[in-house]
Amino acid sequence: MKLTQTKVALGALLALGALATAPAHAGATLDKIKKNGQVVCGVNTGLAGFSQADSNGAWSGLDVDICRAIAAAVLGDGNKVKWVPLGAQQRFTALQSGEVDILSRNTTFSLTRDASLGLHDTVVTYYDGQGFMVPTKSKIKDAKQLKGQTVCVQSGTTTEKNLTDFSKTNGLGIKPVVFEKVEAATGAYFAGRCVAYTTDASGLASVRNKEAKNPDDHVILPQLISKEPLGPMVRRGDDEWFAIAKWVIYGLIESEEYGITQHNVDQMKSSQDPVVQRILGTTEDTGKLLGLDKDWMTRALKTVGNYGEIFERNVGPKSALKLPRGVNNQWNKGGLMYAYPVR
Amino acid sequence: MADTIIFQSLPPRPAPVRTEGLVPWIRSNLFGSVPSAIATLIIGGVLFYFLPKLLNWAVFTATVVPNVDACRADGAGACWGVIAEKYRLILFGRYPFEEQWRPLVATLLLIALIVASCTRAFWSKWLAVLWVIVLAVYFVVMAGGVLGLSAVTTDRWGGLPLTIMLTTLSMVLAFPLALLVALGRRSSLPAIRSFCTVYVELVRGVPLISVLFMASFMFPLFMPQGVSIDVLIRALAGITLFTAAYLAEVIRGGLQALPKGQSEAAASLGLSYWQTQRKIILPQALAMVVPGIMNSFISMFKDTSLVSIVSMYELTGALGLALNSDANWRPFKLEGYIFIVAIYFCFCFAMSRYSLWIEKQTNKSRLR
Amino acid sequence: MADAPRTPPKKRDWSWRSQAFRGLIYQIVLLALVAATGWFLAHNTAENMRVRGIQGGFDFLTTTAGFDIGESLFHFDSNDPYWKAFLVGIVNTLRVAAVGILLTTILGTLIGIGRFSRNGLVRGLCQTYVELFRNVPILIQLLMWYLLATELLPDITDARHIGPFYLSKGGLSFPIPEWSSAHLATLAGLGAGLVAAWAYRRRTQRRFEETGRLGSLFFAPLAIVIVGALIGWGAGGMPTAWEIPKKGEFAVEGGGSLTPEFLAVLMGLVLYTAAFVSEVVRSGIQSVAHGQSEAARALGLSRGQEMQKVLLPQALRVIIPPMTNQYLNLTKNSSLAVAIGYPDVVSIGNTAINQTGRAVECIALIMVVYLITSLATSVLMGWYNKKAAIKER
Repeated sequence: MKLTQTKVALGALLALGALATAPAHAGATLDKIKKNGQVVCGVNTGLAGFSQADSNGAWSGLDVDICRAIAAAVLGDGNKVKWVPLGAQQRFTALQSGEVDILSRNTTFSLTRDASLGLHDTVVTYYDGQGFMVPTKSKIKDAKQLKGQTVCVQSGTTTEKNLTDFSKTNGLGIKPVVFEKVEAATGAYFAGRCVAYTTDASGLASVRNKEAKNPDDHVILPQLISKEPLGPMVRRGDDEWFAIAKWVIYGLIESEEYGITQHNVDQMKSSQDPVVQRILGTTEDTGKLLGLDKDWMTRALKTVGNYGEIFERNVGPKSALKLPRGVNNQWNKGGLMYAYPVR
Repeated sequence: MADTIIFQSLPPRPAPVRTEGLVPWIRSNLFGSVPSAIATLIIGGVLFYFLPKLLNWAVFTATVVPNVDACRADGAGACWGVIAEKYRLILFGRYPFEEQWRPLVATLLLIALIVASCTRAFWSKWLAVLWVIVLAVYFVVMAGGVLGLSAVTTDRWGGLPLTIMLTTLSMVLAFPLALLVALGRRSSLPAIRSFCTVYVELVRGVPLISVLFMASFMFPLFMPQGVSIDVLIRALAGITLFTAAYLAEVIRGGLQALPKGQSEAAASLGLSYWQTQRKIILPQALAMVVPGIMNSFISMFKDTSLVSIVSMYELTGALGLALNSDANWRPFKLEGYIFIVAIYFCFCFAMSRYSLWIEKQTNKSRLR
Repeated sequence: MADAPRTPPKKRDWSWRSQAFRGLIYQIVLLALVAATGWFLAHNTAENMRVRGIQGGFDFLTTTAGFDIGESLFHFDSNDPYWKAFLVGIVNTLRVAAVGILLTTILGTLIGIGRFSRNGLVRGLCQTYVELFRNVPILIQLLMWYLLATELLPDITDARHIGPFYLSKGGLSFPIPEWSSAHLATLAGLGAGLVAAWAYRRRTQRRFEETGRLGSLFFAPLAIVIVGALIGWGAGGMPTAWEIPKKGEFAVEGGGSLTPEFLAVLMGLVLYTAAFVSEVVRSGIQSVAHGQSEAARALGLSRGQEMQKVLLPQALRVIIPPMTNQYLNLTKNSSLAVAIGYPDVVSIGNTAINQTGRAVECIALIMVVYLITSLATSVLMGWYNKKAAIKER
């Protein structure tokens, strides 16, 4: 009797074990997305210009538009996105575990993250650098004047390490005050707890223009202390999905280079330029190689426009952030945006 | 001569010192002795100095209209206008604006049920059925997607409804678990006893925030690939497991307070273990620990504020959401805090009064 | 149907009717379930990490941390390894918890006693305090204190000062004695004073038990400690140099300092927990039989003596166990410091998670630290409880 009971228990154990080892195969992400009819996109909890929800829960921003473009390319509708707002600490586990399909959350590409976190960097969507913001009345003109000062910083970012490196190389002995949430860090800075606030220059502009009582009360110091290539990440082990994310972004960048915009997509379909033809899938079916149909880029462009338009709309000189195009311009206009050719 | 007895009335005794009324109360309570008088003077002085200033700030110079310029004006005191401007966002978080009647109705229903559960007249078997029904209705109304209600995903739930939901649900789910663990800790079976003890001591030894971190950052890694569980459910699971350990200790206290004779009598009647627990031990033990359970409820209500640290927008988080990104209103955060402090206080105070009342009730029945 | 007298099943009968057997089965099922769940979780985690190439393990503890920590009791440099960063966090947690426990005990006891005051104002004030502070979440209290500290205090550049004490958004700066080897003598004197005071106290206690003559148990030992330290200081050549904070270009420099984060955490923890401690003290005092206080008054003890010599020592037995719980709560609540930027162990753990991606390892470390702290506090208070328990002679 006892023996049978033990056997039953053992059997149950084995059955549980068999359940647990479900096989994983490449391309699973695309299948899942098509099955669920939505792309799950991890975004920032709130960073004006990059990803921000209005009080109706509608998301907007550069990072958000990238996800929309991918959803349009894959599912045919840029609104078929489930937005998962993530804090700095949550973002990597959320992507690793499959909670989100793509992490488009102003995340810096770096060796540690690429090599040890099980993530793939796709394409840089914003070349950034870390800077400092100080109150105008402090009369600080140079980051090296911050000797021995307190600087507010958000925890769980590359920013924290860069600040330390900068302080060390220049012998400044900067005292970091580290906050769990970005709102707490900026709140403490505005309250005057710290002499400076540091994050990526784009983030500084966002904070200064959107959150400061009077933007002129704060200056962003000119020098940048690090390189911060920001872009979306996907998890390892699914090369097909990685390729889709990568090439949608390249497509957006190359479309700008060849003058395809949100409004002239349909006219451009009759263009004789072979590059344009390839992007819009009129001659060659570029989408098929990625497991998509031939209109993949057409839909993406109709939804959010090309990279230049995305930039202008969300962070460019005419937006609230007023960021110059700078290094984020096309390679033939003095910038770093050099898309691999869609062909 | 006959002795004449002259009747001479004694002088009347002085009236007894009045011990009731305002003046004697003041004399004995405020100026009973020299140290007492000094304390009265010091406290009175401090109150006299600060109260007018406080009143001035909070009432007389306060602005109640939602107008930033009026709030910023020189000499303006508290800016209650910030509440008038943002109360919907603070109370309901990011729930779609036009649909906010839904969390309101659902939460009122839930509160009504809780109040009913606290009223003796409603204590019957039907209450359990009612709970199931109301919780089902609650989720249908909140999540929508059926009956013509638009679907609202859980990441948009927020504010006070989320606070109340997390508290109630975690208590309801933790209760059966806690019962089992409490019984398990007193079991004679060594493996079960030590497992329950280890569980309770482990959970009670770590802060809730680390449990929430685990639920929020680590839990996704524990699941098989392709399985992802909503963050709200994960947080709820974490809080439930946490609450269960504390609740188990409360219930165990009640079990221990019962004399051993009760279970021995039950055993001699031939009742099985589960019959004994269900019919003899638990009814008595649980009646004794109602105040303790109520206290757990209060601390849970307060502790749900921690989920704001893992990026969920319950009442505390919703306040940050409402004020942090709005440069115009951010300077009036203090008023916002006072607003939610008042909300938390009202709920907790009401519950603690109920707990006191029920304690008196149980004591009364025991004295009889 | 079961009219025939049943023979009770034998205890060691291996059938479902045997209690012992059923117990065994229950236990096996439970163990199997626990093992299966554990294996399920561990297997998934390992599988997830393998498939995605996530690196795991505690080896990161010996690699360079690479970030700075705002406040630390000992020197920490970004070149130091992660384990040292964790150590800084642990020390910061313990520091705020230890100071918090001390202040909470004092404040809570005072308020608890205040509930019995004959002065109505004091009574009312104490009760209002308790109701107000224990019914508001500690997180909000911490956030509010921090908000007040950063909003209301003067800017760092125009710090307000009372004598050598500077108060500003940068925190509280105060003078500290300039370190010299002569201070070692002071420390030695202090140590000697402590030993002497302890010996004196023991002797007084023994004499009280033998003869019934009561000596001073508090002020005399305190005097001995102070005198000891003074003698040491004198022997060291009376160093009087103080490092006094002074206003720099952007901040107050020099001297000792406490950051607003530390002060806000401390204040929040103390004010919140004191409300609970005062309730513990109050119910403890109430639990002492009424006859005791009547007897004390009949002996002619003053109200203060009555509290100090009759009520509190007896109440202590009831107070200690729930007090232990409050100490544990305070320590655990100190983890909320992460919300306002105080670098406690949770905050450091969070940073480490982000820099290394080892979420499982870092959270496990944090939990172990709190578990050990909780256990140590329990053991310590258990020992004290035994000492305070009624000694049957």
